[in-house]
Amino acid sequence: MDQLISTDHLVKIYKLGDYEIQALRGINLSIEKGEFVAIMGPSGSGKSTLMHILGCLDRPTKGNYFLEGKDISSLDRNSLAGIRNQKIGFVFQSFNLLSRTTALENVELPLLYNSDYSKEKTEKAKKALSLVGLEGRENHYPNKLSGGQQQRVAIARALVNDPAIILADEPTGNLDSITSMEVMEIFQSLNNNGITIILITHEKDIAAYAKRNITFRDGKIVKDEIIPVPKKAKDELLSLPPVENEEEI
Amino acid sequence: MRYFQILKVAYKALGRNKMRSSLTMLGIIIGVAAVIAMLGIGQGAKKMVNAQIASLGDNLLNIFPGSFMSGGMRAGAGTRTSLTEEDAKAIKEKCPAVLRISPVVRTGAQVVAGNLNWGTSIEGYSTDFPLIRSWPLASGTFFTEQDVKGATKVCILGKTVVDNLFAGQDPIGEIIRIKKLPFRVIGVLSSKGQNAFGRDQDDMIVVPYTTAQKKIAGITYINSIIASAVDRAKIDLATKQVTDLLRQRHRILPGQDDDFTVRSQLDIATAAGSTSKIMTILLAAIASISLIVGGIGIMNIMLVSVTERTREIGIRMAVGARGKDILTQFLIESIVLSLIGGIVGIILGVLTSKVISVILHWPIFISVVAIALAFFFSGFVGVFFGFYPARKASLLDPIEALRYE
Repeated sequence: MDQLISTDHLVKIYKLGDYEIQALRGINLSIEKGEFVAIMGPSGSGKSTLMHILGCLDRPTKGNYFLEGKDISSLDRNSLAGIRNQKIGFVFQSFNLLSRTTALENVELPLLYNSDYSKEKTEKAKKALSLVGLEGRENHYPNKLSGGQQQRVAIARALVNDPAIILADEPTGNLDSITSMEVMEIFQSLNNNGITIILITHEKDIAAYAKRNITFRDGKIVKDEIIPVPKKAKDELLSLPPVENEEEI
Repeated sequence: MRYFQILKVAYKALGRNKMRSSLTMLGIIIGVAAVIAMLGIGQGAKKMVNAQIASLGDNLLNIFPGSFMSGGMRAGAGTRTSLTEEDAKAIKEKCPAVLRISPVVRTGAQVVAGNLNWGTSIEGYSTDFPLIRSWPLASGTFFTEQDVKGATKVCILGKTVVDNLFAGQDPIGEIIRIKKLPFRVIGVLSSKGQNAFGRDQDDMIVVPYTTAQKKIAGITYINSIIASAVDRAKIDLATKQVTDLLRQRHRILPGQDDDFTVRSQLDIATAAGSTSKIMTILLAAIASISLIVGGIGIMNIMLVSVTERTREIGIRMAVGARGKDILTQFLIESIVLSLIGGIVGIILGVLTSKVISVILHWPIFISVVAIALAFFFSGFVGVFFGFYPARKASLLDPIEALRYE
């Protein structure tokens, strides 16, 4: 498999007045295309910082970050924005949808900032929404959708530009267990179609759906293990009584 | 991001806070309306002054004799008797830029009609007088070349003279006495009212200049000459031709001063024009201040909007918006705000001007230039005062922005 992400001794230091906080203390990480990685660790362990750097929202203090073989640790703000637009899809804990903007327009958002702005953006956005099972809800506003549905809109938004990676920061943090399962089912099926997913969570249950688990502590990787047989969200959902699977609001 | 999309986003964002947007616009609306109305009033006044000056005769040239000089004592302009009828004739023949010409013989006299009398000024001109001064007759006829040649005793009365000597009756055909000589009234001049300097222009009697010279004043020279240039653009050329010709005729050597003065109506018009221009600029400047205050309102609201929408900015940046995209978005929002304000302000300003002109009978002139200027200026206010908030938005750190509650 092709190497998608590789980092070389990533260090991130935050300065708070006279204090220096080392959020990352030399991370060497390599992720290949098609992987499904869960990054775990207590809060303050540096996992969010890593995600910001991997997601090109932030730059490392030291070290290098190669995305698809290209060193992007020293690119400027605009180039990073372009990479975020083309290569990376974000899914956040709090969904981060634009309120008073329809599901379809939310999904179209990354396409607005495409350099080769396509005329078929509505088609693309509709396709992404149907991939997450939301066809027919294109014109719903976020406040008329359930949490699970909002997160699915966010996933569709992350998907719409055919990114190389989806970065999900605690995507199930605001969802109940069944809805979490549904979201994980979407991630698993996307991963089966070849999309690389990096998921940050502090729940072991959620990490169990991933193929590889990395554990962080104090800015360092303390454990990196391959899960030979991940849990299958689809099977678990099927084993549930059908009534509880209702998710209509 | 295509501009249509940005416009759509801007429209939505502004529509979300209708009250706030309209109050912000109100600042610009009042500013633009004030600028439009003030420019309208200023330009109206300027047009009025120009019209008054043009009423003296559009292309008018006045040729005065120079000051009388005797052994070092110099009297005022016009005291010399150096201009003659021949000078006037020569100008007419030899200056191609001069279209019409009339000698002026001015004197004053007590005029008697029936049992009424009135002291007024008697002015002698050639038959070209109505055309040079653009001064048509109200009734009757003007005198002819024959009258000039024969120095006949005919006269044309100004409105004030008619009022004082005939008290509303038709004077045409009547006989009046000027210095005891009987003159037949053949016409009445239309009323011009006061001139730009407050003198009643209707208080005079026009007679052939030959009559004025021989029968009334008893002189052989003429007081001055009035002439009209071929058109407005040729006034300077006509001035030069007249000057050259008169210097030659009066045998003035190079280096010596002229013994006459040529003054064009344009000089006076320019002076009056610059006065009203200063007034217009002053009014517009005061009005512009309110436009600037409106701009500060826009800046204030845009800063609030950037803070409120920090999270939205973070989301947009996370999905790939560059600083430039965010800058454009907020800049367009403030431009839309100020341009809509500008358009409403223009409409309001035009309406206000109309109301002022109807109620106060004030001449108002609203030019397309003023409207275009107000429009672009309000757009400029949007750019100028929107830039700082927009730039602030574009420089936000995406991580911080996403965390913002």
